[in-house]
Amino acid sequence: MKWLHRAGRSLASILAIAVALIWVFPVYWMINSAFLPNTKLTAATPTFLPFDGSLTNFKLVLGQGTFGAALKMSLIITLTTVFFTLLFAFLAALAISRYRFKGRKSFVLAVLFIQMLPAEGLFLAQYSMIRSVNLLGTALGVSIIYIAAVVPFTVWMLRGFVAGIPADLEEAAMVDGLSRTKAFFRITFPLLAPGLVASGVYAFLQAWNEFTVALVLLQGDTKTLPLWLRAFIQQSSQHEIDWGQVMAASTLVAVPVIIFFLLVQGRMTSGLVAGAVKG
Amino acid sequence: MTTTLPAAERAPRTPRPPRAARVAKGKRPGRRFAWAPYVLIAPAVAILLAALAYPVGWQLVTSFKEFGLAQQFGQAAEFTGLDNYITIVSNPDTWMVVVRSVAFCLVNAFLTVIVGTGLATLMNAVPKAVRLILQVCLLLAWAMPVVAVMTVWNWLFDWNHGTINWLAVQAGADQYWHHNWLEKPLSFYLVATIIIVWMSVPFVAFSVYAGLTQVSGEVLEAAQIDGANWWQRFSRIVMPLIRPVLMIVLLLQIIWDLRVFTQIRMLQDRGSFPSPTDLLGTYIYREGVGANHFGMAAAMSVFVLIITVIAAWPYVRSLMKEEAI
Repeated sequence: MKWLHRAGRSLASILAIAVALIWVFPVYWMINSAFLPNTKLTAATPTFLPFDGSLTNFKLVLGQGTFGAALKMSLIITLTTVFFTLLFAFLAALAISRYRFKGRKSFVLAVLFIQMLPAEGLFLAQYSMIRSVNLLGTALGVSIIYIAAVVPFTVWMLRGFVAGIPADLEEAAMVDGLSRTKAFFRITFPLLAPGLVASGVYAFLQAWNEFTVALVLLQGDTKTLPLWLRAFIQQSSQHEIDWGQVMAASTLVAVPVIIFFLLVQGRMTSGLVAGAVKG
Repeated sequence: MTTTLPAAERAPRTPRPPRAARVAKGKRPGRRFAWAPYVLIAPAVAILLAALAYPVGWQLVTSFKEFGLAQQFGQAAEFTGLDNYITIVSNPDTWMVVVRSVAFCLVNAFLTVIVGTGLATLMNAVPKAVRLILQVCLLLAWAMPVVAVMTVWNWLFDWNHGTINWLAVQAGADQYWHHNWLEKPLSFYLVATIIIVWMSVPFVAFSVYAGLTQVSGEVLEAAQIDGANWWQRFSRIVMPLIRPVLMIVLLLQIIWDLRVFTQIRMLQDRGSFPSPTDLLGTYIYREGVGANHFGMAAAMSVFVLIITVIAAWPYVRSLMKEEAI
């Protein structure tokens, strides 16, 4: 029976590789197309490897000089969002998993339900609100909306992590003479690091990739990268669309995220393990 | 927002009672400082109130008003009671959009969870090296910004030079030469479903895989020795253990897929007829931003909110029960 088990295992491996290839193909195709000239892309047979590719598309895209400003805007908004989201969500997660207090259940319920608000109906209200405090077209205005949008899920995620660390650990340290604060920072906080990384990555991705709120709040020349990419496509579609340049632009937007993701991949996976299991 | 910061930072530094008292009171030291949890949740509550609760309130009020372009430019908006709602409910177009959206949402959410669970099971079954390859590929797909995702899928499904049409023709289906996938609503939704499932599956797969790694190998082995087959082991041991994770990801998928907007919008950018392919998100956007019927759009959003709450309520309740919050 052992050979049957082994055969099943290699069959699973083949299937897994096939699935992996299907999932990665669009990403690969974007990068591949970015290096190819338009004549190759519109040929009858697709070119599957960019052997005689060039950086021409990238040069043409960057030559327009609008990428840098969009990158800077995206970075400012994303980092602001990640920082405040982690801070606020962490404190709230601590409250709901370490304390029993009046209104706790309503707060958890609110956190769960807030994620269901149909965002498309809120833009107009958010727009009028941000306009009334004169933050239209600013990074701060967009960040405020992003933080509020990401905090609920981050609280829910971190709650699981905090709940997964037994309070006994802290209490034991306190019996040994540490103050409550010290016990928390020496014992619980290091154990929480994977959870914070996972939540931070979540917040980063949400803010970096968000499109519609940015579209509403940032009219005019200030653009985040997604807005810049869409503007680029629209500009290109006015003539026969140049897919090579569009894919180069798309690659420029996606690559920072992909690199970032691969850097934290290991910790992120283990972080998700702990978080998802505890809810 | 920044003004709440100092209070929040101070929060963990609760005054320190004499040591003897701490030890004596034992188990739950938090109980004595009833204000501490409120300080801890204050920043989160403040930002949620400012950036979400206020707009929801504005939206509720606006949904009872006649609020068009003139009002946007300063004319006072008059209260018209339930007019906006009556118009929505008596419009068959609205009901079509609602039915389409709910069907689309359910199909996508269940498909995503099924495929994601399948991939998680696969991850669990293969050697470490293969698992890593699969995980990296899924992470790459997951990491793609949604605008980039839509751009590359529009290119893959391009009627003129798209790779999908080329593959179909190579496979012998000649009718797909220069086939426009985005023309007919059903095929439009098929493309949207493929894209949404592709981009949502990694999250589900990783979450469920995380749950699977917690299933004890010893228990499974014992069951196998006792004669349980693969299906019995899966349905009787694995399933009950990963059920909480499945519930959470299914709930999240349903919520996310009901308000899907960017994907539909960007497919409509390339396809020619928007309105027969509208789902709730794009419909509200078109009513509000496109046609300047803000009052109507607000009423529609409230309507969507009610549907969502009704649909998600049993899930939220069972989540709360299971998690004993």
